[in-house]
Amino acid sequence: MIRGFYFSMTQYNILGTPKWIGFDNFVRIGKDPLFWNALGVTLEYVVLNIGFQTIIAIVLAVMMQRLTKSVVLRGALLLPWLVSNVIAAMVWFWLLDYQIGLVNQFLAWTGASKIAFFGDSFWAIPTIAFVNVWRHMGYTALLVFAGLQTIPKYVYEAASIDGSSEWSSFWRMTMPLLRPVLAMILVITVTGSFQVFDTVAVTTRGGPVNITRVLQYYIYQKGFAEGQFGYASAISVVLFLILAVMAALQLRLLRAGESDLA
Amino acid sequence: MTTTPVRASATPQARKHHRPVSLGRIVAWVAMIAFLIVTLFPFYWMLRTALSTTRSLPSAPGSLLPVDFTWGAFERVLGLGSRAQAVAEGGSGASVNFWLYLRNSVVYAGSVTIGQVFFCAMAAYAFARLRWPGRNLVFGIFLGALLVPPIFTSLPNFILVKNLGLLNTLPGMILPTFLMTPFAIFFLRQFFLGISREIEESAALDGAGPWRTFFRIILPMSTAPVTTLAILTFIATWNDYFWPLLVGNTEQARVLTVALGVFRSQTPAGSPDWAGLMAATLIAAAPVLVLFFAFARKIIDSIGYSGVK
Repeated sequence: MIRGFYFSMTQYNILGTPKWIGFDNFVRIGKDPLFWNALGVTLEYVVLNIGFQTIIAIVLAVMMQRLTKSVVLRGALLLPWLVSNVIAAMVWFWLLDYQIGLVNQFLAWTGASKIAFFGDSFWAIPTIAFVNVWRHMGYTALLVFAGLQTIPKYVYEAASIDGSSEWSSFWRMTMPLLRPVLAMILVITVTGSFQVFDTVAVTTRGGPVNITRVLQYYIYQKGFAEGQFGYASAISVVLFLILAVMAALQLRLLRAGESDLA
Repeated sequence: MTTTPVRASATPQARKHHRPVSLGRIVAWVAMIAFLIVTLFPFYWMLRTALSTTRSLPSAPGSLLPVDFTWGAFERVLGLGSRAQAVAEGGSGASVNFWLYLRNSVVYAGSVTIGQVFFCAMAAYAFARLRWPGRNLVFGIFLGALLVPPIFTSLPNFILVKNLGLLNTLPGMILPTFLMTPFAIFFLRQFFLGISREIEESAALDGAGPWRTFFRIILPMSTAPVTTLAILTFIATWNDYFWPLLVGNTEQARVLTVALGVFRSQTPAGSPDWAGLMAATLIAAAPVLVLFFAFARKIIDSIGYSGVK
């Protein structure tokens, strides 16, 4: 780790030896339009990915709790999480294929125009975000579900006696009591989401043009394809700092340390 | 499986007859089933495509059953069919060293799992029980390391492996995670803390040293969490893509995930060999799915614990 910081301050061609250049790499990052593009793309991805994933997970978890305790159902929802990112990317790459993918066949059948999901500059990032929502929603839902189990039943019983509807119990009781758990889940998923790589590497490879070149893919390209190791390390330091700040912010805003259940 | 509403306990008799058929409940079930279909359908589609002939796929892209049913794709991937037959069915004809990749994946995931669980169990025990100077400080550093993104450590690790001359070898891939990960230590430490001290004290009275206590008493008592950890580690390592891509991107050291990416880019004349690709993904996913079906309950129960606590 300390070596990571050290490399970030060097000009390190992968074949040579590191040369100390202080903060030059970080100055260069500030002026690098591709870095800012990658950061923007990554942010767009994280917002879409985390937004949908968290909402779906909460809905699924609440439904699981209310409808059934079935382990089979929970296991089924967990299946996508068990296969690798590469496999998830592959299956959806096939389902969303422009020529003969099932989804586009369906679109054509309904009369809508086909969409080149991975090739279109508007759709590429949402599509990649969707693939990863698909892979993680069951897993996240189980995390939320575990959080729901910690809310004691008497809270709902009291609410129901007071004539509160299911809908308002959810907003007034479940959500506030779930907050500390939700904060931890968000920190974990956001940290993971910022490091999206596999799906991009297998499907679009950063293209078309720079539309899907996320930060980690950019680091990979700089460090391993172009051999600019010092610069790649510097970007990874920046990514690390972003993650640390994001985690601290989330814990702060959601007051993760304290529970309303006292 | 039960459809009795959770809240029925609040008003035992009065509402029991209405609740199960309420409109909201039907809507919720429909939504749940929709989610299930979205989750499971792609797996069926993998199977359907893998059993089809690639050349015939465009003729019936919407068919729910395999098009031109054949085992050809699986034979192609496993290197069983002839080259001519593979080309006729739409494969690239290039040979795929599937067995080699499978072996690499097994060695990689297997050794990481064994090494990590073994060493982390010892370290976790040290953190949980033994008293040594600076213990809490070192543990704090470990906890901090939980939040460090893998990309950040993989660059220095890459240099380390390169300097050791282990680039593109399996030992090089295994090394960085062989000894420990913060998560595994944390996971086991929490469990060891819960073991009653009296058991160890009585072992000490009978003359057992820390080593003996650990191997003869603590480990046998902890089979459940240790197996759970081993399963989770195996799945994560099996599915790992980034690190093996960096360190093992030659034919000899390639694991399945990396090989799948390469397989996709071997595109014969425009359209990929979809049937072969889906057959390969299915086989690559199979070991993890088998593990899951064998230990489903353990894995599902561990998630609430590992993620949130």
